[in-house]
Amino acid sequence: MSEAVKTESRAIPYVLAITEAVRQVLEEQDNAFVAGEDVGEAGSVYGYYRGLIDQFGAHRIIDTPISEKGIIGLGVGAAATGCRPILDIMFMDFLGECMDEVANQMAKMRFMFGGGATLPITVLTMAGAGMNLAAQHSQSWEAILAHLPGVKVVMPSNAYDAKGLIIAAARDDNPVFVVLNKASLAMSAEVPEAMYEVPIGKAEVVRQGSDFTILAMGRMVVEALSAAKTLEADGLSCEVIDVRSVQPFDTETAVASLKKTHRALVVHEAVRFGGFGGEIVAQLQEEAFDYLDAPIGRVGAPFSPVPFSPALEKIYVPNASKIVSEVKTLLGM
Amino acid sequence: MAKKLTNKMLQELHLKMVRIRRFEEEAGKLMEDGKIPGALHLYVGQEAVASGVMLHLADNDYITSTHRGHGHLIAKGGDFSKMFAELFGKVTGYCKGKGGSMHISNMALGMLGANGIVGGGPPIAMGAAFSNRFRKTKQVSVAFFGDGASNEGSFHEAANMAALYKLPCIFVCENNGYGEYTSQANHQAIVDVADRAAGYGMPGVVVDGMDVVAVYEAAGQAIDRARKGEGPTLLECKTYRFYDHVGVRGMGLTYRTDEELEAWKAKDAISSFEKVLVKQKVLNQKKIDQVYAEVNADIEQAIAFAESSPYPSPEDLLVDVYSLGASA
Repeated sequence: MSEAVKTESRAIPYVLAITEAVRQVLEEQDNAFVAGEDVGEAGSVYGYYRGLIDQFGAHRIIDTPISEKGIIGLGVGAAATGCRPILDIMFMDFLGECMDEVANQMAKMRFMFGGGATLPITVLTMAGAGMNLAAQHSQSWEAILAHLPGVKVVMPSNAYDAKGLIIAAARDDNPVFVVLNKASLAMSAEVPEAMYEVPIGKAEVVRQGSDFTILAMGRMVVEALSAAKTLEADGLSCEVIDVRSVQPFDTETAVASLKKTHRALVVHEAVRFGGFGGEIVAQLQEEAFDYLDAPIGRVGAPFSPVPFSPALEKIYVPNASKIVSEVKTLLGM
Repeated sequence: MAKKLTNKMLQELHLKMVRIRRFEEEAGKLMEDGKIPGALHLYVGQEAVASGVMLHLADNDYITSTHRGHGHLIAKGGDFSKMFAELFGKVTGYCKGKGGSMHISNMALGMLGANGIVGGGPPIAMGAAFSNRFRKTKQVSVAFFGDGASNEGSFHEAANMAALYKLPCIFVCENNGYGEYTSQANHQAIVDVADRAAGYGMPGVVVDGMDVVAVYEAAGQAIDRARKGEGPTLLECKTYRFYDHVGVRGMGLTYRTDEELEAWKAKDAISSFEKVLVKQKVLNQKKIDQVYAEVNADIEQAIAFAESSPYPSPEDLLVDVYSLGASA
């Protein structure tokens, strides 16, 4: 939230920051439209398109059948021919239904055509566990998307970034996935009323520290900040970096912090094994091996599907206390 | 309604088919001689479908193609030099050598790509049709796909949405009887793919895909319907590929009989059309020979261009993975 924006701002929840961003993009871009399941009258299952159909009409807020291949295909065909689609994949888990359209068509079309096609597509999709939605409505698949050359992937951790990243995504000429988190929707932050961009490809240092760097993704930024507060009471000054952009990843900001603190931990909600944290660790050791005073730690979900039972989900999703204990383990505290 | 075919249009249909046939014959030889790298899926035998449909389309009408896509691009106005260069992997190709046969495309001709994924095209064509209407144009989009692709979920989602939104989209199924090496009887329980149209609330039409005039007329009705805002049509063209799934002779598998192949060759779209044209005095043998001579000269020149063109440079590799612009 460092970008100074000279405009009226007020505290609004993440969910309304999404609405405001999409509304302003539709006002700004005549060739933009929203397409997805239940985006019209229902305003999506989480309500963040509510009211848009009244303002923009059914020709710009398009209810689709439950057909994810169709939604992404519609976006690819429309984007290649002069539109700027905003597509909604209700739950990130549903990307399984349209992985060909995402991975083989959307991501590759520009390259395969030798630059002949431009695909200004924004995809909003909902990730995240902790809401008792079980194995198929709770996953965080950002690492899968980040592995595909041709798409960009951002993960706003707060309302300010949600608005700024959606606007940046909609103005970008590439396919951009904005990975939202359902457990963040009610969280408020100061959000300017005017349009602004949060740059894609830039991480943000959200807490300055000197002893230890915690790199967190999406909602885990909140947990990391809470952990940093606890650790401060133990005399450890933690720097917290909100990764914000997974693809492209801001190696520079991460490396600069590590060179200062010499120790780091990466935190994400996704399954730890094969998660994006592994890529961050690899890049840090490639760029700053000589600065490391300890192995880089990783906090992520255990290698299991997201469990339904609240008793199990509670221990499944990473949180501040897991971050604190992992940091202490790394420091031998 | 579709315009009445003038002699000039009949000659144009003939020329399109000959251009496709000769291009594919030469491309097949070059692949089998090892001069063209990778895999080519050749369109020989199916020329009437692309030619009959494309005679209705302007450059700004959109098509999506298949892995067997050269014929569609040629019929849409593709340039032989840029096509051969692409097949050779040269920087002067339509996709600067980055797509090859399976991804050959040209936005200026409304050709939204051959596609290496069976069933990859229909959702994109549906999206382009959505865009046509969103931008309030009279453009149409045509999705070419095979009997094999008609079993992919992507086709069904695209067909349902195109019908639901009454989009200017035409689904042209080139039923050549085989999904790769599997016969239609072994991959679906229906005989006419067009039957599937009923499930989506659009007309389903079956036409002889070896008869270019029949294809032209049926496509004309579907395209007129689409341009008038009356929604999509599923047009099934019964056809046959004379070559194997990949290359000319392919893997020499015995999934098709020689008798079957010869029976379809007897219905060859080009030679049967030439007989009609001669009979109707639209062309005579001398003029037909002249058509072939001109097409052959074009091909010879295009191959020379492709062979002498440079390959992409190493620094081209990471170009166009992303667009560097923000045009909004």
